[in-house]
Amino acid sequence: MLSYLIFTLTLGGIYALLALSLNLIWGGVGMVNLGLAGFFAVGAYASALVAIAGVPLPLAMLLACLIGAAAGILATFATIRLRGDYLAIVTLGFAEVVRMVALNERWLTRGSDGISGIPAPFRAELGVDGFNLFYLALVSVIVLAVFLTMRRLDLSPFGRVLKAIREDQELATFAGKSVTRFKMQTFALSAGIAGLAGALYGHFQTYISPDHFQPLITIYIFLAVTAGGVGRPVGALVGAYLVVFFLEATRFLGEIFTVLEPGQVAAIREILVGLALLCVLHLRPQGILPERIAPAPKPETSP
Amino acid sequence: MKSILQVRDLRRSFYGVKVLTGVNLDVIEGTITGLIGPNGAGKSTFFNCISGLYMPDSGSVMFDGVDVTRSRSQDRVAAGLVRTFQLARGFPKLTVFQHFMLYGQNHPGEGLLASLTGSAVGRRHEEELAEEALSTARRLRLTHVIDNPVTALSGGQKKLVEIGRALMAKPRLILLDEPMAGVNPTLMAEIAEHLKALNAEGVTICLIEHDMKLIGSLCDPVIVMAEGRKLTEGSFAEVVSDERVQEAYLGGRH
Repeated sequence: MLSYLIFTLTLGGIYALLALSLNLIWGGVGMVNLGLAGFFAVGAYASALVAIAGVPLPLAMLLACLIGAAAGILATFATIRLRGDYLAIVTLGFAEVVRMVALNERWLTRGSDGISGIPAPFRAELGVDGFNLFYLALVSVIVLAVFLTMRRLDLSPFGRVLKAIREDQELATFAGKSVTRFKMQTFALSAGIAGLAGALYGHFQTYISPDHFQPLITIYIFLAVTAGGVGRPVGALVGAYLVVFFLEATRFLGEIFTVLEPGQVAAIREILVGLALLCVLHLRPQGILPERIAPAPKPETSP
Repeated sequence: MKSILQVRDLRRSFYGVKVLTGVNLDVIEGTITGLIGPNGAGKSTFFNCISGLYMPDSGSVMFDGVDVTRSRSQDRVAAGLVRTFQLARGFPKLTVFQHFMLYGQNHPGEGLLASLTGSAVGRRHEEELAEEALSTARRLRLTHVIDNPVTALSGGQKKLVEIGRALMAKPRLILLDEPMAGVNPTLMAEIAEHLKALNAEGVTICLIEHDMKLIGSLCDPVIVMAEGRKLTEGSFAEVVSDERVQEAYLGGRH
C-alpha cells in the first residue's frame, strides 16, 4: 500500500509539472495548447533514446527539456497567426502527429512495441523500494523548483505582460509589447517543462510506448488546471495532485462494489471525474485557488 | 514651428471603398490639434493608420523626422507615439495599477531572463515605474480605485485610465480618439484640464472629438477632414465660418 502511495505521489508530481506547463501557456498568455501530450511524448522519447545511447541521465533530461522547448518554438512558428479555437485544433493535431511518428518510425521509436529498458537512476543500487522513494524525492524537488520559478514569473513584469496579452493581444501591442516574442518565449518554456515531465516519466516507468501519450492526458491536465484555478501556479499544482488522487482512488471502486465488471468500473471512473469537475466549478467557478492580481505597493512603503 | 507628425498622401481602401483618399497634414509640436469632420470622414481610419493598426495602401507617415509608415505598433509606442481608443478599452482582469505599469516602455525587467533572475536593474526600474504609476493615479484622482480591475470602473474613470496609461508611456504625441464620448460635463471639464496641463508640460495632443464647444475651447489648430482627406485647417473660428466645412457637415455637395 505504501509503495502504491509513493507511486501515486510520483505520478502526481509528473502531472503537476504538466499542469504548471499548461498554466503558463494557457493561464498566463491565454494560448490553448491541446498538444501538451505531444510535448510530453517528445521529452519522454528524447530522454529515453539518448539515455539508452549512453548519455548520462541529468544531461538526457536537460536535452529532453531543450528538445521540448525547440518543439515549442516550432509549434509557435506554425501557429503564430492562430488564436483560440484554431490554435487548439492545430496543437491537438501536433500531439497526434508526434504519436503517429512514434507509432510508425520504427527505426527510431520501435513503433507500438515501445521502448523498454530505459535507464532508471540508481535502481540497481537502491533496490525497487529505495528507488521508488528516491525518485519520488527527485520528482518532488523538481516540482517545487519549477513551481517556485513559475510563481516568480507570475508575479514578475514578464508575467504582467503575459496577462495583458491574454486579455487583449491587440491592445498589448499598443502598450508597446512585442507580442510574438513574448508568446514564443512562453511557449518554449512551457513546452520545455512538458518535455522535462516526459523525461521524468520515461525514466520512472522504464518503458514507454505511443499508448502512453493519448490525448486523454492533455484533457486530464486541462481538468487539473481548471479545477485548481487557471492563472495561478499553486492552483495548477493542487489541481494536478487532486486529479491523480481522484483517478487512483476510483480504481478501488471494483473492490468495493464487487458486482461491477472491470469495464463498468472504467466507465464509472470517467463519469465520476466529469461529475467532480462539475461540482468544483459549481461551487468555485474560478477554481479552488483562483487567480490573484497583486495590489499596488503602498506609497509609504515605497522608497 | 516644427511638425512632429507629417502625413503625406495617405491612402487606404477597404473592400474597394476608398476611406482615405490622400491625406496631407501636419501636427505641429506643442499644439493641441483638433481633428473634426462628419461621420465617415475617415478620422478613425486615419488614427488607425498612424498608430499601426492598419497599414496604409500608399503614402507616408513621418513621426519626429523618422519614417514610421510601415513600423510595428509597439515600435511606434516605444518612440513616443501613443493612442487611445474610442471605446475605452482595457485588459479586463488587470487592475488600474497594472495598466499603468504595463505602459512603461523599455522596461529592462520585463524580459524572460530578467524576470527569472530578478535582475537588480529590472527591480529598480520596476520600483521607479511603480512610483510613477502611483503619482499618475494621484494626478488623475484614481488612487482610491487603483487596485480595482478596470471592468469595475465607471465610464468616466475608464477614460481617465486610458489617458493615464498613455502618459505612462512618456509620449511625445498622444492620439486621443473621442476622449469625451459618453462622459458627463463635470468630468469633461476635468479631462480638459488634464489635457491642458499635459500640453503645458510639452506633450503634443491630437484629438478626434464631436463636442464643438470643447474643440473651440481646447484646440488650436483645428483640422477638418471630409471624404477621406483634409478639407481645411485653421483656428476654430476660422473653420466654423468656412462655407466648405458647413457644406461637408450638411453633406451638401452630393
